[in-house]
Amino acid sequence: MKIVALVKHVPDAAADRTFNEADHTTDRTNVDGILSELDEYAVEAALKIAESGDAEVVALTMGPDAALDAVKRALQMGADSGAHVADDALHGSDAVATSAVLAAAIQKIGDVDLILTGMASTDGGMSVVPAMLAERLGLAHVGFVGELNVEAGSVRARRDADVTETVEAALPAIVSVTDQINEPRYPSFKGIMAAKKKPVETWSLADLGVDAGTVGLAAAWTTVETVTKRPERTQGEIVTDEGDGGAKLVEFLAGQKFV
Amino acid sequence: MTGTSPLDLLKVDHLLDDEETAIQETVRRFVDDHVRPHIAGWYEDGLSPETVREVARAAGKLGLLGMHLTGYGCAGTNAVSYGLACLELEAGDSGLRSLVSVQGSLAMYAIWRFGSEEQKQRWLPGMAAGELIGCFGLTEPDFGSNPAGMRTRARRDGSDWVLDGTKMWITNGTVADVAVVWAQTDDGIRGFAVPTDTPGFSAPTIGRKLSLRASVTSELVLDGVRLPADAVLPDVTGLRGPLSCLNEARFGIVFGALGAARDCLQATLEYASDREVFDRPLSSFQLTQAKLADMALELQKGFLLAMHLGRLKDSHRLEHRQVSLGKLNNVREALGIARECRTILGASGITLEYPVLRHANNLESVLTYEGTSEIHQLVIGQALTGSPAFS
Repeated sequence: MKIVALVKHVPDAAADRTFNEADHTTDRTNVDGILSELDEYAVEAALKIAESGDAEVVALTMGPDAALDAVKRALQMGADSGAHVADDALHGSDAVATSAVLAAAIQKIGDVDLILTGMASTDGGMSVVPAMLAERLGLAHVGFVGELNVEAGSVRARRDADVTETVEAALPAIVSVTDQINEPRYPSFKGIMAAKKKPVETWSLADLGVDAGTVGLAAAWTTVETVTKRPERTQGEIVTDEGDGGAKLVEFLAGQKFV
Repeated sequence: MTGTSPLDLLKVDHLLDDEETAIQETVRRFVDDHVRPHIAGWYEDGLSPETVREVARAAGKLGLLGMHLTGYGCAGTNAVSYGLACLELEAGDSGLRSLVSVQGSLAMYAIWRFGSEEQKQRWLPGMAAGELIGCFGLTEPDFGSNPAGMRTRARRDGSDWVLDGTKMWITNGTVADVAVVWAQTDDGIRGFAVPTDTPGFSAPTIGRKLSLRASVTSELVLDGVRLPADAVLPDVTGLRGPLSCLNEARFGIVFGALGAARDCLQATLEYASDREVFDRPLSSFQLTQAKLADMALELQKGFLLAMHLGRLKDSHRLEHRQVSLGKLNNVREALGIARECRTILGASGITLEYPVLRHANNLESVLTYEGTSEIHQLVIGQALTGSPAFS
């Protein structure tokens, strides 16, 4: 069985987020990047399946050169090989274009039984790429999965959405997982050292047969017009209870239109 | 000490390759997740044997135990990576780093370097995994810096060995499954791999410590401990054996002590920025900044020294007196930084809410174990003058 784990390289959430002044895309050059934490759960889920049976795990990313770090991290955790779609034309791609490129890459990998990814990226946070991918590839999609079992030719998954439901889907399928599904492992030192020797393919849009005119900032369905930094947090207001604390709290909440 | 830290003024992270950085970051995360939330409690209450085993298993899973050794389940990293792991562990607590140092650089290293193939097969894989714990018995109540005078004796009885004596200040002793014990024999000092369930062996815990409280420290009592002929480590006779193990552990300390210092300085920088005195942040005062600048400077210099020694070790050119330079400087400076940080934190600095006095107290032990500062001064003195002042 072949599993593809989709891994996104995102700016470290602990650092300051900034946007490119010229085109309002996320600034990825002046901030440390990491593997999106939510994708770590997908990698862990893939590795668990691989360990309990006979499966190969391929980590796939799309992004600039630095995005390779996300693949490396997955390889250090234990994925078998990696694939990186890198092309200058991809700069500013929206989810629609991303899904088209990833679909082409998955087809190029070939014979994929299961695609696993985090429930969202920790930067964009749209959660739409898995569904778009499923649509493009004509696969079943199970999103927000908190428990996953692979059986012969199918997956059984517990979906944690508004209600909890158990869903069965035939393979191949695409599954996005929540942070409830497992506890991602640290890369072991042996894993870190072995990762260097694992194969990683780098593909351009031409390699995937994707028209550069259909991706990137110019082809995006939406554009960011302006960016405003969130105002600095102001000091809170302290209410001293002199027998009228309750009333003052209600007054404050009503003043802010919370009640 | 990555580029995101205000402490990395020299961008020393550029001295590391990807693999070294990945190992350092992994250990830092391990410490953040598994050590920091508990360390104040471990320090206050002492570390229970169950917790030692739990931590050892987690460390084993990561590959921390005997990480710079090859084969037998060991990860086989380079020396710099081992140093960086020690640094991150000791940023958590010196006691934790001690656990890993003693397991990997003393007990495992002794067996790996001087043991028979059977001894290696028997002990090393379990020790690398953290399932088995090792300790290292060299120091005695009356023999610390002068181990040649040790009184512990191993005598032959038929093909067996019988060991009698007492060892002191033994990290992990009470929880150990195997003790590497050094003893006088008719042929000189020999090492023995002693299973701790052998009759006559006991390891009472040393209590009432004010330092390394998150570490188990013990006495080893050997009372007619009878061992088969194959318990002796075959490949070394004389003090060269234990001293080469100590040199390994010392190397880790050269990096490790800087971790404690970094943690102190980081906590102090945050405190000084938040704390207002005379209506201004403490960090805006000249005296505070002078202290911070001097401490950051020593931290960075110490790291450059450690990295230099690490690169020498990886190219098999590291001399023991160079390790003495590193340990003397970096532990001394780390202790100085921890104490100076305490002055900036004021009364808060004496509590377990902040790491500084915990680190300072730990470093008091680190200053004297694995060779006291004074002995390292004398090693360097001998190198400079050709005149040995201590033997």
